[in-house]
Parts: sequence; C-alpha cells; structure tokens
Amino acid sequence: MSDKSKPIVQMKNIEKHFGAVIALAGVSLDVFPGECHCLLGDNGAGKSTFIKALAGVHKPTKGEIIFEGKPMEFDRPRDAIAAGIATVYQDLAMIPLMSVSRNFFMGNEPIKKLGPIGFFDHETANRITMEEMGKMGISLRGPDQAVGTLSGGERQTVAIARAVHFGAKVLILDEPTSALGVRQTANVLATVDKVRKQGIAVVLITHNVRHAMAVGDRFTVLNRGQTLGTAERGNITPEELQDMMAGGAELATLEGSLGGTV
Amino acid sequence: MSDTPTNPPDDERIIARSRFREALIRPELGGIAGIILVFFFFLLTAADSGMFGPAGVMNWSIVSAQFAIIAVGACLLMIAGEFDLSVGSMIGFAGIIIAILSVQMGWPMWMAIITTFVLCTALGAVNGWLVIKTGLPSFIVTLAFLYILRGLTIFAAIATTRKTIIGGVRDVAEGDWLAAIFGGKILTGFFQWMGDTGLIEVFERGTRKGQPVVDGIPMLIVWALVLIVFGHILLTRTRFGNWIFASGGDAQSARYTGVPVNRVKILMFMFTAFCATVFATCQVMEFGSAGADRGLLKEFEAIISVVIGGALLTGGYGSVIGAALGALIFGVVQQGLFFAGVESSLFRVFLGVILLLAVILNTYIRRMITGEK
Repeated sequence: MSDKSKPIVQMKNIEKHFGAVIALAGVSLDVFPGECHCLLGDNGAGKSTFIKALAGVHKPTKGEIIFEGKPMEFDRPRDAIAAGIATVYQDLAMIPLMSVSRNFFMGNEPIKKLGPIGFFDHETANRITMEEMGKMGISLRGPDQAVGTLSGGERQTVAIARAVHFGAKVLILDEPTSALGVRQTANVLATVDKVRKQGIAVVLITHNVRHAMAVGDRFTVLNRGQTLGTAERGNITPEELQDMMAGGAELATLEGSLGGTV
Repeated sequence: MSDTPTNPPDDERIIARSRFREALIRPELGGIAGIILVFFFFLLTAADSGMFGPAGVMNWSIVSAQFAIIAVGACLLMIAGEFDLSVGSMIGFAGIIIAILSVQMGWPMWMAIITTFVLCTALGAVNGWLVIKTGLPSFIVTLAFLYILRGLTIFAAIATTRKTIIGGVRDVAEGDWLAAIFGGKILTGFFQWMGDTGLIEVFERGTRKGQPVVDGIPMLIVWALVLIVFGHILLTRTRFGNWIFASGGDAQSARYTGVPVNRVKILMFMFTAFCATVFATCQVMEFGSAGADRGLLKEFEAIISVVIGGALLTGGYGSVIGAALGALIFGVVQQGLFFAGVESSLFRVFLGVILLLAVILNTYIRRMITGEK
C-alpha cells in the first residue's frame, strides 16, 4: 500500500482554454491515497473539464500534474489508465446487451492458451466477476446475466469494481449518484467507502452536498473555473458548502424566497 | 456458481425463472423454431418427392451452404454494428476478375485466385476505412459500392471479352491445386462404396451408369462448415469475439475500455469480402464460367439469414450458429417449394413472412434479455 502521508496526485494551477473561453483559470488540488476527495461545484463550474485533464482526455493549457511524485503528461486516456488513474463516467462504458462478465473484462479479457491460439478464458472471467461483485455486495443471478437487467446503482457498482480490479490507484467518479434513487445512492456511496478503505484515492464529483458529506474526507469547491478553497471534514457545514458552490449572496436571496428549502 | 465468498441474500423481488425459460432466451431460438417448422412442413407436403432422398438432400444442402458462406461474414459484421450491401456485387466482381486473370490473361489458376482474394479483401478494407473515416452509416457507403463494383464488373467483362459471361474456366482450372480446394469434391470413394453396397441409389443407365447419384461432398459445403465453425469459435471463445460484441453494442463505451473498435470493424468488412470471394470462387469453379450479373441480391439474402438467425440489426447481439440455421431455412424453403410443386413466385412471399416473424421474435427476446419486459 502506498504512503498515506504523501499526495498521490497533485494538480497545480491547471488552466484550460477552449478558444476564447477560459474553462479553468488556475485550479489546484491534492489527493491522498485512501481518501475520498469530493469536488463540488454548480453546472459549468469546470468540474468535468478539470477531471478530464486528470483522465488524459483534455491536455491542460497551463499547469502541472504530479502523479506519485513525478510530473505527468497524459496525451490519451490510455496513458492515464495505464498509470492507474481510472475514470467511471456517467455513461459507465457498459454494454447492456452483453453479460456482466463480458462487460467486466471488456478490453482486458483473460486469455487461456491452447497451442498458439489465445482463447477467452470464460471460467476465470466468470469466477472473478462473481467474486468481485460479491465483495461489493451485489448478488448476481449469474455471471452471464446481461448488464441491461441491472439497476442503475448496480451498473455503477460493476463499473467501480471493474476499475478497482484492474489496478486503479486513483478512481475518478463523475456524478455517480446523479440519476439514482435514495436506496441505490446509499449502495453506491457504501461502495465508495469500501474502495477508499482499500487505500485507493477517490475523486468524487457531485453537486449534491449531502452525498458529498456522507463519504467525503475533504471537499474542494469550484466556481467559474476557480478553486474556492479546500475544507476538511468537520471544519465545514453543509450550508457553507452549499453557499460556496452557488456563489454565496445570490443563493441567499433565492433561498429566502424559497423558504430555506434548497 | 455456489462458491461465491460473500453472497448477499437473494432479492425477494426476483422471480426464480426455470432453466427452460433461461435456455429459451438465446439468439438461436428463432432459427431453431424455424428449422422445426420448415422441416415439419416439407415432411408433410414433399416427403414423396425425393426431397429427403440423397440427391434431394444434396440439392438443398448446396443451396443452404451458399447462403451460409455469405451469412457468416454478414453475421459477424452485423454484430460488430455494420452492414455490407456490396456483398452481391463483390461476388460478381470476384468471379469476373478470376476469369479475366486466368482465361483472358493466361495466369495459372492459383495465382488468379490468390490475387482476387487479395484484391477483394483490400476492397473490403476500403469499405471499412471509408465508414470509419467519414463516420457515415455503412448502409450508405456500401450502397455506393454496390453500384460501383457492379458497374466495374460489367465494364471489365465487356472491355476484355465483349461479353458479360466469360467461359472456359474449367479448362484452365484442370489439375490446379488451389482450384480443387474450391471446386472439387471430397469423400468420393466413400460415396462410391455406399453406391456399390446399395446404401444409396446408383444411376441405372446412361454415361454415369453404376455411379452413385451423389458422388461426394462438394468443397462448397466444406467451406460453409469451416467458416461456420471458425466464426462461431471466434465470436464466442476468443478475446476478439468480445471486441466484436463490444464494438457493435456501443462503440464509444468499447473505446473507453480500450477496445480497438476501428480495427475490429475494418477487419470484419474484410472478412465479409473474403466470404463473398469464397462464394464467387466456388461458383466459378462449379459453373466453369463467370458472369457479371452473378450475386444479384445476395447481400439481402445474407442479411435475411443473419436476422432469422437472431442477430439484431442494431448490432451487439447475434450468433453465427443462428445465421447458419437461417441459411439452412432459406435453402430448404427455396428448394423445398420446388420439390413440393408450389408456384416458385410464392417463395418470396414465404421469405417475407419468415423475415417478419423472425424480427418480431428477436425484438421480444431482446427485451427479455435486457429486462424491459
């Protein structure tokens, strides 16, 4: 297990310009192994752009990404995945018509050699899939069950289990709870907790303060492409987070008119 | 799997489903049901017509094998999420190229065949490359090739021979090792033995007196079986097979997980072209001639076989065995209506009805698999 006192990822003054638009204007973030670092912000705050820089999808215009103490330049998502930075996007990269085990090993199929020909080792794939899903608390009818029959939360869990199994050191979750019901959200957050306890750094993107407070160790708020600061668990209240996300004063007025329900 | 370490309690809302029902939910179901239906129908209506005698069986087996050869390619391509409408034109093109190279230009037959295979799979790659690079639907790109290749075929035939049919292939193919792999027959000794011992009928008179009515298994059928087995193993038992499913199921998701989607799709276009060339070569060797109009409508017959076999038109789901069953249904019905003495124009009506039933059944099965119903 990696040293918990040193950050596994340091992002320093990341800037990203899309033509004339400045999406990120110098954002910094540290992530430590075994912590769940929540990245909060309203729509358009730059959360997605920021994590895409870490995942190798966008190349930052300026700034430095230091991974395990070494400066990194990711040209393609494959580079980031190879280094151990796995991203679970909102669309999950799952194929509904294919079985759970085929999805689990998609792109990383186990091979059984028979002479010169490498065959897909279905026994190994099925066994590992059932084990990993059992660890995450999901009961499958069988490894050949189609992903299409799983609930949204279960699919999210399959995607997380897959990333963890294939050696993710940093797991980026892009709004994993945005489309889920109460019970499923609780299951996914419980999964995040299990992953964190294995010593994996989790970057959780959300705009739901309650979900962030449930599992987060530290919270970084983005607004209009800038960091509004990082707070530790216990040093900040949900109300303060909510205010920071929405830009304070404006929401205070809105909230007044809505009777404090937001 | 009963040895799962921490198995959470079963969800009480999941109704236990019988193994029987589970076994039904598979792509081949439509094909199996169709086979039973079709054989039942012809056993009732055409049993005494010789359809199920040795010569009759060989008759519809050859026709089915023809469909199966192109269906295997179309099946893998469809599962990978693409169509190829240029299969029929490719068949005509490949045949004419073989004939021009061997008969007109005097090349040895093996060299003509190998050159044609290289040329046609390269054209398949061009199809695939255009689809990937332009991002256009393969339907449109290959529709263009349907016309381009057919036009080129007729032009090439007319320009070199002033005819659209080039004969004389049999003379050049005589004794050629590679031509025998496409046009020969195997197990001829075994069939002669069966004829001699009276297991199958022999000709009573004429130049072939004493020879069995079926004198061997044509290489066409061997090719069909080899391609079916190859395609089935490739799809279900290899890593590449998983990539085929993934590319057709959701190309973007597949790319995220590192599947080389473009390579998979282009290779499947090449394989489809390869299958079309196998079909064309077998046909040219059998007829001893090549015709510029050969292979007309074959692309649709291949697609129908694949769809009857349970593949989804939208990709990501299907079975090579199913496609082979679809081809068998196709062949049996086409030849069976002839044996049963039914007006042959009704064949198309029958085909349309089967296609419609197959698609409805497939949609239903897909909904069961993805839990929508």
